[in-house]
Amino acid sequence: MTKIWDVLVIGGGNAALCAAITAREAGASVLLLESAPREWRGGNSVHTRNIRCMHDAPQDVLTEAYPEEEFWQDLYKVTGGITNEMLARRVIRESASCRTWMRAHGVHFQPSLSGTLHLSRTNAFFMGGGKALVNAYYRSAHALGIEVRYESPVERVELQDGHFVAVHAGPPGALERISAKVCVLASGGFESNIAWQREAWGQNEHGEWPADQFAIRGTRYNMGVVLRDVIANGADPVGDPTQAHMVAVDARAPLFDGGISTRVDSVSLGIMVNVNGERFYDEGEDFWPKRYALWGRLIALQPRQLAHSIIDAKAIGRFMPAVFRGEKADSLESLGAKLGLPLDQFLNTIRTFNAACRPGQFDHSIMDNCRTEGLTPEKTHWARTIDTPPYFAYSLKPGVTFTYLGVRVDETAAVHFGGKPSPNLFAAGEIMAGNVLGKGYTAGVGMTIGTIFGRIAGASAAKSAATAQENSRVAA
Amino acid sequence: MLPLEALVREAEAEVARQMEICNACRYCEGFCAVFPAMTRRLEFPKADIHYLANLCHNCGACLHSCQYAPPNPFGVNVPQAMARVRRMTYAEYAWPAPLGGLYQRNGLTLALALVAALTVFLALGLQTQGTLWRPIALEAGSFYAIFPHNLMVSLFAPVFLFACLSLGIGVARFWTDLDAAPSKGESIHEAIQEASLNAIKLKYLDGGHGEGCNEADDRFTHARRHFHHATFYGFLLCFASTSVATLYHYGLGWTAPYDWLSLPKLLGTLGGVGLVVGTIGLGLLNLNRHPEHGDSGNAPMDRGFIALLFLVGATGLSLAFLRESAALPLMLCLHLGAVMAFFATMPYDKFAHGFYRGAALLKWSIERRQPTRLKLTAD
Repeated sequence: MTKIWDVLVIGGGNAALCAAITAREAGASVLLLESAPREWRGGNSVHTRNIRCMHDAPQDVLTEAYPEEEFWQDLYKVTGGITNEMLARRVIRESASCRTWMRAHGVHFQPSLSGTLHLSRTNAFFMGGGKALVNAYYRSAHALGIEVRYESPVERVELQDGHFVAVHAGPPGALERISAKVCVLASGGFESNIAWQREAWGQNEHGEWPADQFAIRGTRYNMGVVLRDVIANGADPVGDPTQAHMVAVDARAPLFDGGISTRVDSVSLGIMVNVNGERFYDEGEDFWPKRYALWGRLIALQPRQLAHSIIDAKAIGRFMPAVFRGEKADSLESLGAKLGLPLDQFLNTIRTFNAACRPGQFDHSIMDNCRTEGLTPEKTHWARTIDTPPYFAYSLKPGVTFTYLGVRVDETAAVHFGGKPSPNLFAAGEIMAGNVLGKGYTAGVGMTIGTIFGRIAGASAAKSAATAQENSRVAA
Repeated sequence: MLPLEALVREAEAEVARQMEICNACRYCEGFCAVFPAMTRRLEFPKADIHYLANLCHNCGACLHSCQYAPPNPFGVNVPQAMARVRRMTYAEYAWPAPLGGLYQRNGLTLALALVAALTVFLALGLQTQGTLWRPIALEAGSFYAIFPHNLMVSLFAPVFLFACLSLGIGVARFWTDLDAAPSKGESIHEAIQEASLNAIKLKYLDGGHGEGCNEADDRFTHARRHFHHATFYGFLLCFASTSVATLYHYGLGWTAPYDWLSLPKLLGTLGGVGLVVGTIGLGLLNLNRHPEHGDSGNAPMDRGFIALLFLVGATGLSLAFLRESAALPLMLCLHLGAVMAFFATMPYDKFAHGFYRGAALLKWSIERRQPTRLKLTAD
């Protein structure tokens, strides 16, 4: 007879591992199915670098205090209120203590990285980044006796009236039916599925398919197969399929796995122009870490989904170095020509911008008083004339980190079917992050949701498996 | 361009390429000094590449945590790229350079062949005198009954002094290129103290979190650190033993052999055990290291050096135990052959790594006390 596992975890990233380890430590037998081969394991988690945590006083690598209310306000602001306050507050509160558990499972923290001082209060950085974290969790999982199968994508989830029965998983043509008492879905969003993104974004007013220009910043394995399957079988969806964590990345970024180094941080030091040579948004609205995840979407809404960050020599050395070199020119005419911009419009944009810059005290570390006056849109901070050669340009396109469409869950991480929680199907990580993140993003919150809900789902799953055990004994 | 020079330029360009990727990521900043040193730069000219390459201890932490490691198309493997440049640093900076190129390609073969050749040469010398295989009476100066003291000194001193000169010129050239001298008014004492501690404790093999470095996989272990300590301190004890014995010989007129409880004997035995245990450990770790960790092109050099040190230690120890055996003269030939081969290859082989790395560590300790030229702000 084939083994019936207590808990089956679908996915191999942070949330999946937190769920698997928690369930195993609560006494359940656990099988984890990772769709990727070993060298690509860990999903988007391998590209992460920190976790946002509340704390009422300085804690090891975290400076000052970041109280629950401030974290909640930050989240409320970036999501425009499209969030579930009860779930969000649960995540925020548990973020205060989760790092002790993370450390106990091999994760190391380090002070915030150079060039990211602004995050030292709110975000705890993983030493070596997310791949080191994922490695540590796999070592813990191995030591605990969790069975891990790589190259095991799940094709179909067998459900009966919101009750999990089994999965059909494995390489195409060699599917295996695997039963378990309980299942945790932690298989991520659907961002790697370009056809689905295309379908979600549709065509714009210029007849373009914006999704065709997207780079996927993370794993190529988040195809959304499980997500689509459970929603088709009655799981309640949450979120808008076009909402995602979207960053402006270098237009030369690879289609998959470009990670953090393809982002370009020069935006707030200069101006952004679209392919028509026009500005389209306030580059100095707020600190870059609070705005970087906005620009991917802004560029997705521009013609050809392309925009150029234009800076002059004054900005060099003030932003994190980019992985690809920017275009360099000694005159704005030559820069515009290299970028293929309509020259008159481009030069006019620069002239108008320069003329609108009010004198001020430039300080990139605060919301300074260098601003424009009389422009549409204004640049409200760090506005300095672009007049010192050499000039540089970075061409940027939208980079999708992860999509927000997911399944609705409650406080126990149980997946809802027609408004009712499933007794034995739970979800954690990107596949349910949309419950908390309706739109927008604030750095490190994805790992907070994944870690907290991973542990909640693991605990719920172990409990549900124990109950199932008890019931079958009573029935016998 | 000479083939070696082309290889060097290619290896340097690869480090520069990878550093520009790392500089846009920086996740590994907490592991060691390489990455914080990198973040002080936007561009990577040759001197900086050799500096960073020699600052790298090949701990492997950044490889196992790298989101851009192969099969990612960015293909980042910092320990490997650094190891390639390091090997070339030893060959390129040491004087005369052509000898270095020879060694780095065939380290293990060359080391063992040299030991064998020197041993045979010494043995033949004894054979012609009929003293190769016979027990030596336990009398004062028994080694010198086989090889007179003055002969040994006249054989070893020139080789040793030439090696020191060659290595010295190499490290001096390297230091000049590093351009590391502190600016006026800066005290160098603190930097020297810190760099020395970092070197003797092998600080940068602790992983930044104190759990050690990587070997066969992504687990952290202190094994390499401990075996390296055994080897390094074993070597120093042997060196101390020889120095004390020299002092005894010339200063006090006490000639060898010394008894078991004498200082040279105690130091030498302890050192010999350290060398043997340490090199066996390092050798096994080297053989079992993750295939992508470090550069396979360095294996001959690394293993040649480990084998030489092992031979020096093991033959030295055995001399103490074979004192009354007929095999003593032959074993002495082997020991002297190993020591001479060790001296001869010193400037170009793995031995040099300690000096070049020491220079890089000192530069780091000086540099990190200086304000950065970059203006990366809170954003």
